[in-house]
Amino acid sequence: MAYKNFILVCGGTGCESSRSDEIYKSLISEAEALGVSHDVQVVKTGCFGFCEQGPIVKVLPSESFYVKVKPEDAHEIIAEQVIKGREVSRLLYRKDKKAETAKLEGIESYQKQFRIVLRNCGVINPESIDEYIVRDGYRALEKALFEMTPEEVIAEVKASGLRGRGGAGFPTGLKWEAARKSPGDIKYIVCNADEGDPGAYMDRSTIEGDPHSILEAMVIAGRAVGANFGYIYIRAEYPLAIERLKIAIQQAKNYGLLGKDILGSGFDFDIEIRLGAGAFVCGEETALLQSIEGKRGMPRPKPPFPAVKGLWGKPTVINNVETLANVPVILTRGAKWFASIGTDKSKGTKVFALTGKINNSGLIEVPMGTTLREIIFDIGGGIRNGKKFKGVQTGGPSGGIIVEKDLDTQISYESLTALGSMMGSGGMIVMDEDDCVVDVSKFYMAFCVDESCGKCAPCRIGTKQMYGLLDKITKGQGEEADLVKLEQIGKAMTKASLCMLGGSAANPTLATLRHFRDEYLEHIRDKKCRAGKCKDLVVYEIDPIKCIGCGLCARHCPVPCITGEKKKPHVIDGSKCIKCGECFVACKFGAVVKR
Amino acid sequence: MAKMTLDQLRALRAQKQEELEKRTVEGKDIQMIVGMGTCGIAAGAKQTFDAIVAALEKHNMAGKVVVRQTGCMGLCYVEPTVEVVMPDMPPVIYGKMTSDVAEELVVKHLIEHSLLDNHIFDRPAVDIVKH
Repeated sequence: MAYKNFILVCGGTGCESSRSDEIYKSLISEAEALGVSHDVQVVKTGCFGFCEQGPIVKVLPSESFYVKVKPEDAHEIIAEQVIKGREVSRLLYRKDKKAETAKLEGIESYQKQFRIVLRNCGVINPESIDEYIVRDGYRALEKALFEMTPEEVIAEVKASGLRGRGGAGFPTGLKWEAARKSPGDIKYIVCNADEGDPGAYMDRSTIEGDPHSILEAMVIAGRAVGANFGYIYIRAEYPLAIERLKIAIQQAKNYGLLGKDILGSGFDFDIEIRLGAGAFVCGEETALLQSIEGKRGMPRPKPPFPAVKGLWGKPTVINNVETLANVPVILTRGAKWFASIGTDKSKGTKVFALTGKINNSGLIEVPMGTTLREIIFDIGGGIRNGKKFKGVQTGGPSGGIIVEKDLDTQISYESLTALGSMMGSGGMIVMDEDDCVVDVSKFYMAFCVDESCGKCAPCRIGTKQMYGLLDKITKGQGEEADLVKLEQIGKAMTKASLCMLGGSAANPTLATLRHFRDEYLEHIRDKKCRAGKCKDLVVYEIDPIKCIGCGLCARHCPVPCITGEKKKPHVIDGSKCIKCGECFVACKFGAVVKR
Repeated sequence: MAKMTLDQLRALRAQKQEELEKRTVEGKDIQMIVGMGTCGIAAGAKQTFDAIVAALEKHNMAGKVVVRQTGCMGLCYVEPTVEVVMPDMPPVIYGKMTSDVAEELVVKHLIEHSLLDNHIFDRPAVDIVKH
């Protein structure tokens, strides 16, 4: 038996709630009624990342993509497509010609994602150089070595509008040009793979899935600026990525794509890996250079910028993994093609690690200009367990929270900064109503206290002071004047810190203060944490009406502080309670309440 | 291979491209591609890989199938993922492919030519390299 057609019905949360289950059943019964159940198999699938147009039905092998399908459409799909082999055109997805086709020139797709950086991830074997080569790998290097002058390579990167994906968004072409123009016979290319934001793993996945794209880009960068040596600075806690990089470097050397006289062009370039010990500050470029030099990783004032005076005082280009992964595509497809994707000032795509309280957590890549709503509610499939969306943290400990009213903002470097957040490296943590903004701010501030290198006072002292104030508020000992203090210290740190670690450490707190001041005040005035996250403000009680006296809570209580006779309502002794929440989880009758 | 010249690199690309178009690797026309990034491995992709190899042995399919690895395709919430590419079937990406469903995948998809319910996921974006 072999099926001729397969009908895939989306079983994602969004589509399920708009009757996809009924569609699934109708398709099966229609197939039976029309006598074709041996020709077609109907199956349920995971989310298609297009919930806005759901329920989604896709037919294989024709790849017909139907949107907003109703159970009543089942008959037509079976009768037309399966029996007569014709698509049901009225249900086919058609892109709004005006809005989107221009953005992704030449590529028609129903999908919100568009993969340039991740083009090979999940497609090729990352440990096979041949598979990379087949997919246009090292084609850009051929161009850079034999068909273009270094100036033309730089001009192409400039024309593409590519900007640094590490967070700050500095135009890559300008960086390369500055390094090229800097006098000196020895120059360096450094790949910044020191990914440190909590919840971010874009660079790790890119290297794990496609290590050669980074190597190729580094050789191209070397050719462009006149450097013959490159370092990849990667944290030691990424063992798989390091292993695959080592394999890739060896393979490239064996093929003569790294080393002396690459492809007979006369150009030499070599790459070495440097392992970082995992300090967040070493992601800052000047601190990173110090670390490569074997010194303690601490930033230094700029200028001079690394492009002028970098590694061992030589002109150095430092690019982030994701930035570099774009370079080969820009050369093979052309700057014009690349610049056609994205917004006015932010070109190309951005990779995000979508995590937190979201249904489809994972690595996504979208064109700049995609809205946060599309990312969270279409690609991400919405909030887990049907909870209410509260905010999304972009840019990790350097970014801020973005709330519901700003979700329709198109993503770009400028728009996120205007919202008081930042692009950052691309961590995107979704929060729901069960997350407390004060608690989250405290978490990020604790991270910054730990990771501050201590060189400059605003960051070293400011983070510690802000953490103290936040901690006080979460313990119910806050005063209203503390909020003003937080803002003052935050602003001082932002202005006076030596590097962006301190310069952005206050962002999460300042952003939450702006959007959720009422929640801070609630912690201070009412000693209440509405999300129930701040332990010291939570009180557990047993509802005597709901309690049947089973004693389960008392058995789970580690203190123990729950007493009561069998089959009679139990009581929690608040003075002994450590607020672990075990009773709340254990109770099957919803009798334990959290206030 | 010794160090290549430009022409040799181009020849290698063309030759491999041809092999790829025939969709055969090592003379086998079925490919099972397991996502082995850190996320996949953490979710049990190595065990899945082994279970697939064992299931192929058991059902005498080992001679027709090449099992390969790849990086993360971004569907971290349903790892481990396995893509199956074979003649007469559309290419399909399966998620939540823990080792205990590996045999079912081999029997249903490879032998019975039918799809597995509730395990199918969509490739997240078009392939820009092929276009």
